[in-house]
Amino acid sequence: MAGSELSVDTLKSALHRMMLIRRAEEQVIDLATSFDDLIRGHYHVYIGQEASGVGACMALGPDDYMFTTHRNHGHVIARGGEPSPVIAEIIGRTTGYNKGRGGTFHVIAKHLGVLQTSAIVGGCVPMAAGAAFSIKKRGTDQVSLVFFGDGVLEEGAFHEALNMSSLWKLPLIMMCENNSVLPEGRRQGEYPSSSFAATQLADVAKAMNVETHVVDGGDVREVAGLLTELAHRTRAGEGPFFIESRMTRWPGNRGSFPELIGGPHQMDWTWDPGTADARLQDWLTNSDPVSLLCRSLVEEGAMTREEVEEIDAATRKEAEEAREFALSSPTPSPESAMDYIFA
Amino acid sequence: MREMTYSEAMAIGILEALAEDETVVLMGAGFGGLHGDPAVWGQLREKFGDRITNPPIAELGYCGIAVGAALTGLRPIVAIGTGSFSFEAFPQIANEAPQAYYGSRGQVTCPVVFHMRAGIRGAGALQHSTAPQAMYWNTPGLEICVPGSPADVRGLIKAAVRSDNPTIFIDHERLHPLMGEVDETSSGDIPLGVADVKREGSDVTIVATSIMVHRALEAAESLADQGVSAEVVDPRTLVPLDKDAILRSVAKTGRVVVADETQKSCGVASEIAATIAEEGFDSLRAPIKRVAIPNVPIPYHQSEEDYVTPTAQRIVEAAQVICS
Repeated sequence: MAGSELSVDTLKSALHRMMLIRRAEEQVIDLATSFDDLIRGHYHVYIGQEASGVGACMALGPDDYMFTTHRNHGHVIARGGEPSPVIAEIIGRTTGYNKGRGGTFHVIAKHLGVLQTSAIVGGCVPMAAGAAFSIKKRGTDQVSLVFFGDGVLEEGAFHEALNMSSLWKLPLIMMCENNSVLPEGRRQGEYPSSSFAATQLADVAKAMNVETHVVDGGDVREVAGLLTELAHRTRAGEGPFFIESRMTRWPGNRGSFPELIGGPHQMDWTWDPGTADARLQDWLTNSDPVSLLCRSLVEEGAMTREEVEEIDAATRKEAEEAREFALSSPTPSPESAMDYIFA
Repeated sequence: MREMTYSEAMAIGILEALAEDETVVLMGAGFGGLHGDPAVWGQLREKFGDRITNPPIAELGYCGIAVGAALTGLRPIVAIGTGSFSFEAFPQIANEAPQAYYGSRGQVTCPVVFHMRAGIRGAGALQHSTAPQAMYWNTPGLEICVPGSPADVRGLIKAAVRSDNPTIFIDHERLHPLMGEVDETSSGDIPLGVADVKREGSDVTIVATSIMVHRALEAAESLADQGVSAEVVDPRTLVPLDKDAILRSVAKTGRVVVADETQKSCGVASEIAATIAEEGFDSLRAPIKRVAIPNVPIPYHQSEEDYVTPTAQRIVEAAQVICS
């Protein structure tokens, strides 16, 4: 299924998820910067990568597995997670998906097929391959999808898992989200990385006889179209696949302590990037997946600005309610540190 | 009852585990080591060849695949081979497997068994002699089995597979040819966390695991000739640890030697000695003695290797000091 064939309803639903991630992450940044004691360490947000996660998760069915990393908030919401238990988990409340045990690094939600979220670079890839190994052994038609950043290719764990996935033809989709790409590089055939010797990331997977694809991770239609096709082929036994999903870093993504430049996103910036902080203008014009989708839907006549803004208002409200839900939720009792050590 | 080698008893346990649960799979099958008897270990492939996967030389990758498989409905037993090789897989064994249940607060379990042969095997030199149980004991969330007899290895491998927790299963290269009685007419089940008194005595307790059980029994014989009655307690599993059985024995004897083939510093003997000191101090009539490997890597030549190996004679000497 090509991306351009997505129905308007499907695109509206994708836009809703993407905006929900954006608004929830803005709440996370606000909670981290407004309170000293809620998110006490460093953390990572998914702003600017929403199209990649949402597009990929559109290809999954309810029984599929999804593995992710320290940058998991957006993936879990993309997979259908609710912002309330996600934000509650991030600030360590008992109403969080893992009752405050994992925090920002380890949001785990079994009912979404999110079984272990590793904050070790590369940690998730062998486990996702293991889930795919289990699928094959058990003879089901599930898919194991793993999201990870470009840095994972620098880790040995990736190469070992890649080799075995290919040898054993596992139903695994490796979604490498390269968020270090300049706008003009997102669609280019080659794009070098500053800390990886291969000219392009996909070359490594190709050498292991894994079919590879490069996709513009800023375009939800492209991502959903490609992943839907690959998920079908994976279920038909044609996996594994490696995808480099290229995206351009949000200017507020400054290492481990993100900053909302100019405050939360305003829809005026989407319609006219020139009204935003100068540091954001180029990104809003060329790279912000939410703004790109909003503008294209309006230009194509699929939605009006007012309809887009209604979705935005609804997701803002949902994220605000999630924040309040999380803040009003109880903290774990100290002695609960001793629970769930052994099954 | 039938006399059989430790190696054969382990093979029987693994065959029984495979037969009783079709979700049990083997990642690698080199449990018997370099000298595994084909007549014993060949049965795995004959009977359950479709459940064996032969991985590349990629401990980190295949241990991670086993963790992922365990999260999703399988019960893998991973044949890592020599204990030192498990350090190649340390990120998955230490960072992922033991934290799945705790980290998800009970949403998921990770029933994987990491099997390895460890210890001073003779000419294993620097990197084929390591006993990693103490390092894994410092990783909460892992169960640790260190069986020393054929009956124990058969029962405990099945208990490890049935457990919903990740388990480190460590045998010793020198245990494989040792003989012992196994009752094949019964299931031979042994729960995790139950120690076994391998010899009763009244003057001194020797706590020993794995290969050291045999050295402790040899030491007890020698001490008996000298009029000292030694009790040998084998915890069989370090996690869970049967503290009560150890403390009961120490309460009876008032003297204790902890014998273990790991390095002395922060080793298995250290933790057991500390537990006795903390919880059984009132019973003690003499200082606790540890017989362990000095804090050096394992050298190659037999003269040096023998020098660092904790032997029956060293257990005897330690017991003599505290019983005099």
